[in-house]
Amino acid sequence: MSKLPGYKRREAINAYIMLSPWIIGFIAFTAGPMIASIVISFMDWPLLQAPKWIGLSNYRFMFKDELFWISLYNTIYYTVIGVPLRVVAALCVALAMNLKLRGISVYRTIYYIPSITPAVASSIMWLWIFNPDFGLANALLGYIGIHSHIRWIYDPALSKPSLILMSLWGIGGMMIILLAGLQGIPEQLYEAAELDGAGLWHKFWHITLPMLSPSIFFVTIMQVISSFQVFTQAYVMTRGGPANSTLFMVLYLYQNGFEFFRMGYASSIAWALFMFVLVLTILQFRGSRYWVFYEGELRG
Amino acid sequence: MNMKENRKIKEIIWKTIAYIVITGFGALLIIPFFWAVSTSLKPAGQEFTYPPKWIPEPFVWENYRTALTLLPFATFLKNTLIITVLATVGSVLTASLAGYAFARLQFPGKNLLFMLCLSTMMLPYVVTLVPTFILFRWLGWVDTLYPLIVPSWFGGGAFFIFLCRQFFMTLPLDYDDAAKIDGANEWYIYSRIIMPLSQPVVITMLIFNFVNHWNDFMGPLVYLHSMEKRTIAIGLRTFLTSMTERSDWNYLMAASVATTIPILVAFFVAQKYFIRGVVMSGLAGR
Repeated sequence: MSKLPGYKRREAINAYIMLSPWIIGFIAFTAGPMIASIVISFMDWPLLQAPKWIGLSNYRFMFKDELFWISLYNTIYYTVIGVPLRVVAALCVALAMNLKLRGISVYRTIYYIPSITPAVASSIMWLWIFNPDFGLANALLGYIGIHSHIRWIYDPALSKPSLILMSLWGIGGMMIILLAGLQGIPEQLYEAAELDGAGLWHKFWHITLPMLSPSIFFVTIMQVISSFQVFTQAYVMTRGGPANSTLFMVLYLYQNGFEFFRMGYASSIAWALFMFVLVLTILQFRGSRYWVFYEGELRG
Repeated sequence: MNMKENRKIKEIIWKTIAYIVITGFGALLIIPFFWAVSTSLKPAGQEFTYPPKWIPEPFVWENYRTALTLLPFATFLKNTLIITVLATVGSVLTASLAGYAFARLQFPGKNLLFMLCLSTMMLPYVVTLVPTFILFRWLGWVDTLYPLIVPSWFGGGAFFIFLCRQFFMTLPLDYDDAAKIDGANEWYIYSRIIMPLSQPVVITMLIFNFVNHWNDFMGPLVYLHSMEKRTIAIGLRTFLTSMTERSDWNYLMAASVATTIPILVAFFVAQKYFIRGVVMSGLAGR
């Protein structure tokens, strides 16, 4: 930096000062805790007593801990089934909301609003909706002639699908991102294709989907990351039950860290979760070169 | 009968089908709200009729007052507002400073730092949860509002930095150059030229901060324990635990609806800025 001319040097110094809150925050609340988290994962640390170094014991315990494997299975189930459903649903809705219809902006608002409902409030609403005796879900099925007594989140076999169904209610944010992507596709592409006699399906498959693929890729990546961290619904609605069928990784981590005060083991779970998310994200980036189309590549 | 008419009929049929489909699904999305509002206004016991009665008879507006005074919701609201206001000020200030440096200034290591900043957006927050809790506990801040406010004063979140940077990059560089010729330094340009032009992005940040703090659950759950420190989100969940034994769904729905309304108001008041923020979050991946 000493080689920089005076005014450039002053600019750089001011830049660092302006960035300093973020840099300090990055060290104190992100990088530091991440390193500390690894160290703590090698410790036995019941919060009220002194920490004790125990090497890999936490990870060895995790390997044999049936509840950990259940929570991993539940989280993967929620992600592998839920994410594709949400992304496809959001894509369909975005396509519909991109139609040139009168009053479409009212529809956009209606489809978007559920996604901003506070998580605790929506969890309580859905708890009532899924009530087996007096809930809306069974009542709606009753209206179309299906008089069943489905137990939804109270049934170990249906609890995860029920939470996935509920998550479909909140795809509004994704819809907006995909809609913005759709609106960014140049009209000329469609006009040129029409001149060549392309039909609806052809245009969707050869123009819309490739042009939208960066947006689809982005929402999928973010969905997988947030899906692995599903917590509030499970904590408020089911507390992991029935029969541990909604015990997700973050819920199990929370219980260990903040109910049993096993800081060491909670950190091991956090790192296991982080590794899963990291590997999944890297795999998606690797896979993306086969299906994600970036316009810049053509020009390059 | 010619081609033109044929096409017109086809279009009408198409549009009718489209309207039916999007109205049908739209109704499915909106029914849970009607259901919640309807339950919230029912007299005790009426929520347990089957098939359900959609129009409460009579309307019991009193449910809202009862639900919101069974627990100290006024205190919860006060705490939520304190956190929101103090955290938002810090977030807007420090994120815009960092965004300005990334957007307009030249300095060694800029690209590396910016990549670092972007990558933290993808970091699962639970990885840092335990050590951060231990840090705040060591500072004696557990059961205070500080853990929910102070981090916002250190960068305000990667997404907000990104939001500011993107917006500042759209402002013409001529302004900076003209000011520099007059001898203005970076601080002057930031505070007197850039920030006054940045109302839209500041409003977007205000709304997102409000929604984030209003809805935040994990943070308050971990840090706030005593009743008089709780926020709206935690208070609502406390209300649920105190109610389920009695199954007073009308009160539960009243409290849930009441805590949702401020978010809806924020959305309708500033819809444009709201949507722009969501769209920007989609650009973060590019």
